[in-house]
Amino acid sequence: MSKGRYGEFGGQYIPETLMNEIHKLEDAYEHFSKDPDFIAELDKLNREYAGRPSLLYYAEKMTKDLGGAKIYFKREDLNHTGSHKINNVLGQCLLAKKMGKTRIIAETGAGQHGVAAATAAALMGLECEIFMGKTDTERQALNVYRMELLGAKVHPVTTGTMTLKDAVNEAMRDWTSRVDDTLYVLGSVMGPHPFPMIVRDFQSVISREARAQILEKEGKLPTAVMACVGGGSNAMGMFYNFINDKDVRLIGCEAAGRGIHTGETAATIATGTLGVFHGMKSLFCQNEYGQIAPVYSISAGLDYPGIGPEHAYLHSIGRAEYVPVTDDEAVNAFEYIARTEGIICAIESAHAVAHLMKIAPTMSKDDIIICCLSGRGDKDVAAIARYRGKDIHE
Amino acid sequence: MSNRISKAFENKKAFIGFLTAGDPTFDASYNNIMALINAGADLVEIGIPFSDPIAEGPVIQEADVRALKGGMTTDKAFELAAKVRAQTDIPLVFMTYLNPVFKYGYDRFFARCAEIGVDGLICPDMPFEEKGEADGFAKAHGVSLISMIAPTSEERIKQISESADGFLYIVSSLGVTGVRSEIKTDLASIMESVKKYAKVPAAIGFGISTPEQAKKMSNLADGVIVGSAMVRLVEKYGENAAPEIEKYVKSMADAVHNK
Repeated sequence: MSKGRYGEFGGQYIPETLMNEIHKLEDAYEHFSKDPDFIAELDKLNREYAGRPSLLYYAEKMTKDLGGAKIYFKREDLNHTGSHKINNVLGQCLLAKKMGKTRIIAETGAGQHGVAAATAAALMGLECEIFMGKTDTERQALNVYRMELLGAKVHPVTTGTMTLKDAVNEAMRDWTSRVDDTLYVLGSVMGPHPFPMIVRDFQSVISREARAQILEKEGKLPTAVMACVGGGSNAMGMFYNFINDKDVRLIGCEAAGRGIHTGETAATIATGTLGVFHGMKSLFCQNEYGQIAPVYSISAGLDYPGIGPEHAYLHSIGRAEYVPVTDDEAVNAFEYIARTEGIICAIESAHAVAHLMKIAPTMSKDDIIICCLSGRGDKDVAAIARYRGKDIHE
Repeated sequence: MSNRISKAFENKKAFIGFLTAGDPTFDASYNNIMALINAGADLVEIGIPFSDPIAEGPVIQEADVRALKGGMTTDKAFELAAKVRAQTDIPLVFMTYLNPVFKYGYDRFFARCAEIGVDGLICPDMPFEEKGEADGFAKAHGVSLISMIAPTSEERIKQISESADGFLYIVSSLGVTGVRSEIKTDLASIMESVKKYAKVPAAIGFGISTPEQAKKMSNLADGVIVGSAMVRLVEKYGENAAPEIEKYVKSMADAVHNK
């Protein structure tokens, strides 16, 4: 079996054209991830450019209102560019520079990874092209213009379902046509090895900080940490440094769309089966013949038919729990956290908040939950208004 | 290795044609495949359509969309291959992505291939390192897993060539499938290293559409693979593409066969 396995999940199922490039990336990452200069440079970017460490915020009003566990939010929404995606792109773009690449490409769903990639590319003087499903360019038009402002070229992808999975297809096709000067900056803990590992490592800063912060504030570890899961990058970042803390529950919240029994869903753990796609063996929403299913969620960032291989593994060994959260529940949570805590979070993050609202009241006052707010919700305001029947456009 | 595959390359250069099963219907794709064979193809690649074919350009992507919309499935692709096999002894190989094969079950898939007389499988997303999980099943049923070599393969050519079965698929260019006006890769030097290590024939594909290109490529390799150029005819002529395919393939096969 090849490298980059998490149990049976993972691997490198990609065209031969990319194999040598993927091996070069493995070698470069192996080298630079241990290079003190690289580590120092990335640390400086994280502190002075991205605004790390991000706050661990005690949500006192929600704690009181829900009447159970003590609730903390890890505020990735306060990072530069407004989401956790900056953690990964600063690392990968710095790696691209060190590898001598002059161009990066990236896929994006909601546009958060695209905006972050365009930002890091602007900062580091890399040419940047973003692939985004046409449906997503329409529901996240503001982010398209944001990427263009940052100097990136945005390609609306018109194949397939015209969403995130098609954007990944197109980015992979582009990469096979131009490997020598280009790094594909993948946005989630998915794809062929070493991407799931690289993205997880760069995102693990979330739990590294959160673990130290909660120990400082509370003197003990949380009962549970939770995050929304599409491909699973903020969740992997939130889980990683708690995996060995066996008593800490790890909870991933998937986008159930209109419900896991409706067929209009993107909940991979709940409805997916084992398969091989986008370079990895993992769980996918697919039919009996292995055709990838069209998925649906109100959230463009969670609208993906697969899940990162390490999540599939954590699920298979029972270390992490995954729960489906519907559009309705997420929109309710989006509004609730805005009114209660004065935080407009991303609709993606609102999926985790929705489940938090279900479990916090069932827990005791001695319990602590840390929920990752992966991004801010400015980009979603118009879509939520439309969901509520108010015809607002950006 | 299948006898049929090795025979296709015996004492001649092979013309290999690709068509997508069920594009745009089961019957039309059967007629098109038969036209391809009648016009002189030495080996036929039958594409099992996949929802997300990441190694294909727009032409074959669209063919996959048409075929899936028309209800093509892995089981029906087997039916189609069986119907073709009843008419011909030329080698047939499937080309698809790993997920449809994985989902069908490796043992079940290759057993079906053997039963029907499908000689090989090409999976663009199953590189050398990942072949292991399917290889044993393929070998047990006498089906060749066909490996690809790309312009970027460099030192990988040795291991891929040495373990190759059936024939080697030499990818002419970077990028995805589709017609190209010019092929810039130094294929002569790639073929030189392939020949040093491979015990099986090697055919060049990706981007070839004109008899001139086909002739040039057949001088370098043991065979020439053409896909998108024919799929474009299906796109243009719909269910009536067979005569056009026959005419086109004749010109291409003649160029390869040096007629």
